[in-house]
Amino acid sequence: MAGASSALQSKRAIGKATRDAFGRALEALGGDYPDVVVVDADVSNSTRTEWFGKKFPDRFFNIGIAESNLVGIAGGLASCGKTPVIASFAAFILCNAYDQLRMAVAYPKLNVKVVGSHAGISIGEDGASQMGIEDVSLACSLPGFVVIVTADEASTNAATKAILDYKGPVYLRTGRPDVPKVYTEDSAPFTIGKANQLRDGKDVTIIAYGLMVASALDAADELAGKGINARVLDMHTIKPLDREAVLAAARETGAIVVAEEHLAHGGLGSVVAMTLAEAQPVPIRYVNLGDSFGESGSPEALLEKYGLTASKVVEAAEAAVSAKNA
Amino acid sequence: MPANLDELKQRAKAIRIEILKSTTEAGSGHPSSSMSAAEVVTALYFGGFMNYDPKQPRWPDRDRFILSKGHAAPVLYAAMAEAGYFPKDQLMTLRKLGSPLEGHPNMNRLPGIEASTGSLGQGLSIGVGHALAARVDGKSYHTYVMTGDGELGQGQIWEAAASAAKYKLDNLTCIVDRNHYQQTGAAEDVLNMDPIDGKFAAFGWQTQVINGNDMEEVVTALERARAVKGQPTCIVALTRKGQGMLKLLAKLSDENFHGKPVKPQDLDEAIAEVEATA
Repeated sequence: MAGASSALQSKRAIGKATRDAFGRALEALGGDYPDVVVVDADVSNSTRTEWFGKKFPDRFFNIGIAESNLVGIAGGLASCGKTPVIASFAAFILCNAYDQLRMAVAYPKLNVKVVGSHAGISIGEDGASQMGIEDVSLACSLPGFVVIVTADEASTNAATKAILDYKGPVYLRTGRPDVPKVYTEDSAPFTIGKANQLRDGKDVTIIAYGLMVASALDAADELAGKGINARVLDMHTIKPLDREAVLAAARETGAIVVAEEHLAHGGLGSVVAMTLAEAQPVPIRYVNLGDSFGESGSPEALLEKYGLTASKVVEAAEAAVSAKNA
Repeated sequence: MPANLDELKQRAKAIRIEILKSTTEAGSGHPSSSMSAAEVVTALYFGGFMNYDPKQPRWPDRDRFILSKGHAAPVLYAAMAEAGYFPKDQLMTLRKLGSPLEGHPNMNRLPGIEASTGSLGQGLSIGVGHALAARVDGKSYHTYVMTGDGELGQGQIWEAAASAAKYKLDNLTCIVDRNHYQQTGAAEDVLNMDPIDGKFAAFGWQTQVINGNDMEEVVTALERARAVKGQPTCIVALTRKGQGMLKLLAKLSDENFHGKPVKPQDLDEAIAEVEATA
């Protein structure tokens, strides 16, 4: 159906994968940030830290397939003044090494940048074991962690610099497939903790992160044709949440949709709902993976099957607006 | 520099007494797991093996000690107080609200603590990070990590062991406090990891097995570790859990003395035994 395309089939121009943008940005910034060291658990050609490693071999360590050790080593490096960047698949680094993230990074509040690639069902054919679908929830549960998911190449480029400038523990999620461009310039506006309002609107606000931001914009186009004026927020920082932007959206548009490539529980939907329930209750609807693992398939087919599409965002927005007007 | 063994032995006694007093005052904690490690920790801090400055606990060139068996915090706190990181009377605030001497070491609360520990199996990886940082920065400081023997059940220890060998970290020494007991029983019965030295050697470490409650053997082993080039060193320190109060423990028939402080009415007897032990 027209306009009901999946994120990857957006009419927007397709840009690089966020993992590629991260890898190029890290490589480009390496010279300006001499304290940055990269530790790898043998997936650098997937996470793209290999580009940094080739350019700065003295600051790159591959310690084998051992995420727990990876995180512990990063904690040690950080407490000696280094800025360790550690990257693995989101599913492995958050789930395998959670206690190490808690004890060796979060508890001592160390300056470690944790990058989880291959997040979400959009990795496709490799299937559920490789899909980080609870990473945002887990990262948000680490006291003091900043949690960021970027929407496209330009925003990832800007975010990579921002997290290196920030002192403290950060989780950055990246994705595997090439994704539609949300920002037209090479670098997007990016301030940690400040949402980017991509479109103003008065009837409903769609709050999204990652590849769902492009779907949110596509949905806003379609909603406009139906006479619904949708605001779109790129909530690239899930923690700390831009509470002001969320409350303003509720106050000014009266209805909210949260769209994310993540489980229902503990993701941005939970965080936004908690915020609104306390301060500005309005009708809210969710587009997410619910309570389910993914499976093997093409990214496009999986996004369609699991309902992570612009058309599902449209349906959710219509439901939220109806609830507001009921 | 040859360490003065008699002075070190006296310091180890003083540290054991502070362990007993502070844990009894706290009413909780792990004196027995701390006392087994007293010679090693004393030798590290007072035997000339570590350069440190209590006035500048974050001095970048300092040598590091990471207590992976974080429940033995009382031995570390006692050594740090003896070294001048904080006044000795502060030891009596152990485990009390507001005290930087938490039940397990917290590096953000107590300057001089190199890693927040208490979830077992993690300290050696953090030590690898310190040793790699020294290499990146061209510094010559040495990192010492103490693990327990029960703690070797954590697979992360062996991940760390392999990575330290890969990077030939001769600026890293792991000391296993082989006191033979863990929470529910003998370490060999819960999960037998023998031969511990053989396992580290198989990963590419230089190894030594010593009597870890014999100060002369401890000092000699640490001197040898410092001389090793091209590979990390593991010292398996055979110790006795509760060393220094073994007669008291036998008298109390306390077979499960893990994580139990000495009762106030037994404290004087425990201290007397420490003082009488050679």
